[in-house]
Amino acid sequence: MSVLFHGNGPAISIQDLGRPGQIAAGLSRGGAMDRLALFEAAALLQAPQVLPALEVPGFGGAFTFQTTTRIALTGAPMAATLDGSTLAWNRTHLIPAGAKLTLGACVHGSYGYVTFAGGIESPVHLGSQAAHLMAGIGQVLSPGAEICIGADPDHDAAQMGLVPDARLDGGVLHVVAGPQTDLFETETQQAFFAATFTKSNRANRQGIGLDHPSLKFGTDQAAGLASDFIMQGDIQQTGDGVPYVLMAECQTMGGYPRIGTVIPDDLPKLAQAQPGKPFTFKLISRDDAESRSKSEADILKGLRAKVAPVVRNPADMSDLLSYQLISGVTAGHDPED
Amino acid sequence: MSSHASDTPVILPLGLTALIVRFGLKARPELTVAVRAFVTDLEGDPIDEVTQIAGSLTTVMVEFAGGSDVRARVQAALQARLSRRDWSTVARPDPLRRWTIPVAFGDAFGPDLSKAAQAAGMTETNAVEDLCATEVEVLTLGFAPGQAYLGFLDPQWNIPRMAEINPSVPAGALILAIRQLIVFTNENPTGWHHIGQTGFLPFVLDRTDPILLRGGDVLRFAPVSASEMSDRLANNPDGLGGAKLEVLR
Repeated sequence: MSVLFHGNGPAISIQDLGRPGQIAAGLSRGGAMDRLALFEAAALLQAPQVLPALEVPGFGGAFTFQTTTRIALTGAPMAATLDGSTLAWNRTHLIPAGAKLTLGACVHGSYGYVTFAGGIESPVHLGSQAAHLMAGIGQVLSPGAEICIGADPDHDAAQMGLVPDARLDGGVLHVVAGPQTDLFETETQQAFFAATFTKSNRANRQGIGLDHPSLKFGTDQAAGLASDFIMQGDIQQTGDGVPYVLMAECQTMGGYPRIGTVIPDDLPKLAQAQPGKPFTFKLISRDDAESRSKSEADILKGLRAKVAPVVRNPADMSDLLSYQLISGVTAGHDPED
Repeated sequence: MSSHASDTPVILPLGLTALIVRFGLKARPELTVAVRAFVTDLEGDPIDEVTQIAGSLTTVMVEFAGGSDVRARVQAALQARLSRRDWSTVARPDPLRRWTIPVAFGDAFGPDLSKAAQAAGMTETNAVEDLCATEVEVLTLGFAPGQAYLGFLDPQWNIPRMAEINPSVPAGALILAIRQLIVFTNENPTGWHHIGQTGFLPFVLDRTDPILLRGGDVLRFAPVSASEMSDRLANNPDGLGGAKLEVLR
């Protein structure tokens, strides 16, 4: 059972939740840039746990299905058609054998995800199927690639949809202090947490730069610092003080000083915004950060409660696949903005 | 050696699920010895709820499963462990294993050798002799999978990174800066001096043992000619490049 990729998107890869616990070996966790999109797909497909998915950055391409299966489309909405009919995002679709799925550009956001109801069958390295391109594990899909998928456990399941948490338009990134926060002068910290940045073009699976029109946020203590452990979410001040937030495929050690760490639950927001979207950093206490962080089990439980069958109107049969249950996209601003 | 107030070990949070025990902010050989000893202590007598331990040049990272209650318990246990002894006076442990790795130095296989030798105040010939006479140990693994920071070389090798980034250095390259050597894991840019080439690939995903180097290993480098290295690189199915491994204890 497989799906054939005809090509176009240059950076599509298989992603799951990555490989925790390998820091001593020099391998960062990796995994999906927008982990929440994988949980949403699991909830939509009523899967017992997160399934590996195709991460589709920016632009998709064409796929022919050689078997009938449900899929979930989550993350950044893309212009999607099935044999020419528009497909709505943030819901499941039953794809018949022989049908052709075409994914265009992201309409909004940066990373779309295609999850197959029976999962993907691909080599497992250190407990994960995720490509970690920096480390030389796995690769991007090349044209002509055949993606082996598992059998859909329930073809007949009703079509499901959900309204995702808004996370495509920038906003507030909550930050906890880290081991090097105190290397920065108080004034620098105050200016940093008061400033509004825009997401830069320097954005990939390793990290994301943020631009400020005039200010720099460096520290005199940067020179001679020993390389130390760095992690996803850390805000490095590179060069003379330009923030760069480490993402899924970051290195495990680095020598740039770090002003703090973006909490894990806010990283999808940074991953998904397109360049130019506005961001501010807000320093919060560790207790506050913990109260905002949910366990993976609780995230999945919460999303399952939000998933609902798509209501079909027989009078609209020709538009059925593109029928919007509820608008899937809202302005992504935190209440405190 | 004078004791620095800033070198009293401190425990600091890293993100939501880890703590860092920081022995110092800047690298010094005795701090790395303390880090290794503390990691060995934690591995030999694990602290409950700790899921991952790793040592850098100056810090030990301890990851735990849970929230603030767990953090408080792990932090208290780490503090008790730190108080058990003076970690700044730990003797460097005897090595566990020794690798001897063939290297072709200079010319096309190490274009920055002359620059590095000059910065260290040596001729190329003396530099190669000195580097091959020095046993270096695995200080830590990091940056990329299986990639080891090796050191420490004698103080004359405390040479800075180059002003210009070398845009692409191949896997197996031997690079040098700030009293340390690295055998490069993957082709990547670097600001370190590219002084030689080995056929030693520290990380090969499909190999039975994907990661070759580990804490407690020491390395020696053995000079070979460019033509011998070319032959080795052309026939290197195991990614060892002719390296020999002795188990010492």
